[in-house]
Amino acid sequence: MLAVEGVRVTLGDAEILHGVDLTVASGEWVTVIGPNGAGKSTLLRAVGGAVPSHGKIIIDGTPTSALPRRRRAQLVATVAQQPVVPPGMRVLDYVLLGRTPYIAPLGRESAQDLSIVEQVLDSLELRRFTGRELETLSGGERQRVFLARALAQGAPLLLLDEPTSALDIGHQQEVLELVDRLRKERALTVLATMHDLSVAGEYADRLVLLAEGRIAADGPPAQVLTEELLARHYRARVRVIAGEFGPIVVPVRLS
Amino acid sequence: MTTLRPARLRPGWLAAGIGAVLVALVAGVALGPVTLPPGSVAAELLNLIPGVDLPSGLNEREIAIITELRLPRVVLGLLVGAMLSLAGGCYQGVFRNPLADPYLLGVAAGAGLGATMAIAFRAGPFLPLAAFAGAGIAVVVTYLLGVAGGRDRSSATLILAGVAVSSFLAAIQTYLLQRNVDTIREVYSWLLGRLATNGWHEVTLLLPYVVVTTVVVLALRRELDVLSVGDTEAASLGLHPQRSRMILLAAASLGTAAAVAVSGLIGFVGIIVPHVVRLLAGGSYRSILPLSLLFGAAFLALADLAARTLIAPGELPIGVVTAFFGAPFFILVLRSTRRVSV
Repeated sequence: MLAVEGVRVTLGDAEILHGVDLTVASGEWVTVIGPNGAGKSTLLRAVGGAVPSHGKIIIDGTPTSALPRRRRAQLVATVAQQPVVPPGMRVLDYVLLGRTPYIAPLGRESAQDLSIVEQVLDSLELRRFTGRELETLSGGERQRVFLARALAQGAPLLLLDEPTSALDIGHQQEVLELVDRLRKERALTVLATMHDLSVAGEYADRLVLLAEGRIAADGPPAQVLTEELLARHYRARVRVIAGEFGPIVVPVRLS
Repeated sequence: MTTLRPARLRPGWLAAGIGAVLVALVAGVALGPVTLPPGSVAAELLNLIPGVDLPSGLNEREIAIITELRLPRVVLGLLVGAMLSLAGGCYQGVFRNPLADPYLLGVAAGAGLGATMAIAFRAGPFLPLAAFAGAGIAVVVTYLLGVAGGRDRSSATLILAGVAVSSFLAAIQTYLLQRNVDTIREVYSWLLGRLATNGWHEVTLLLPYVVVTTVVVLALRRELDVLSVGDTEAASLGLHPQRSRMILLAAASLGTAAAVAVSGLIGFVGIIVPHVVRLLAGGSYRSILPLSLLFGAAFLALADLAARTLIAPGELPIGVVTAFFGAPFFILVLRSTRRVSV
């Protein structure tokens, strides 16, 4: 589904990613972990086309450099880390923005666009919020609306940048279960970034540990979430305990 | 289950906007030193449509007052108001800033300098051309500076470039005024705005720009909604944010420059009308822009009516009228809805 080959990204004078290789199979959920400043978000932005990059990014067999913007937006949908909440915009109109890549430049949304949005809203139990202004929703409700806009894009590849960082532990689980359910229902491929290591391991098929702009480890959660790797790349002392759905990472005080 | 109603221009609001324009048109033509019956005025206006011939009961002198004196002025007011409001709404969307007005990028300062030069150098007939050229040059310089100043072409650098260009041009203008004190009165009256007409001359000057600006801005009104989520997300939805923004700003600035060239600097309209529309009819640019066009047109034509009748035979500067009546009305709307946003 997605192949990233030797991708380099330079922001200002600093090179953030120094040649990253990554593949994500169709239907797979891969989560990128790594310490602050490792380049997780930058990697997602490069895949989403939000920052210019060198190297190859191939989506569904086509290099993104050969994709027109609208076509790319039909293949990749992104939920940003902190999406802009346009003041005064209603939930329905916000979710409809997801249909932009299908609407002709001077046209307006078709009945089909509306019915797709309707289905997404029902599926995320957002129907009762459609007339509300996005600003007035709680953090958990907003996150579902952000997700709804991305799903309305109808793209097979979903990029989630820290989808749970603004949520409490219960809403984190709710959103991630939702993503997992939708992934299975709609045969989506998910590439996410996450901070909470235990949660990341529980939901992803594969974890990619990014450190200082390079890939330090790539594999099933049990292979990546090890005390030794986390100590080296996070400078953290942790205990890793086997859990029902993956390793549980518990921080341990240094002294 | 409720049906989903996406933000669109609602027929009711469209009808209200058209109604407001028609009321302003008839009132503006009927009222003045000689008051004409509104029914007769409406009949005469309809007679201007080819193939219509209604009895109005007006004599030839009265018909001449309508077609040669009042109608051109009312139409000019409608066009200028439409342009300033549409451009204001467009600027607010492009910059995602409720305080943006069509003069933000130096149009006012450039036109002001052009007009001052025309007056100071006794080139009165060239005033509209000078004001238009000044406005155009100022916006182009602002844009070039803004693009050169920020690699990301963020709107903040563009606004700062506008501030710098405006200050620079205002300095030159002030210097010119100091050197030519005898012209201050004339320049001042231009700065406050006026809708003086000489037959249909001004209307024909302005009309082509109104058409171009209106077509371009209204065609891109959905893109303004997409731009409201910011450049990065707009790009991820398949838009070219910089390109859309540049086209919109160019169109809005062209319309503003043309309006300013024939009417002077009429403040307030471009900022207040789009906000009132937003508060009343919702926050989507798909309704804000067309409704700003209509209500802006009606508002300015009515403001001009007040400007030329309140202290007749004298005339108030129209900028004074727009602010004096517009500001309290805006506060009223603001208080009753308690919601201001872009």
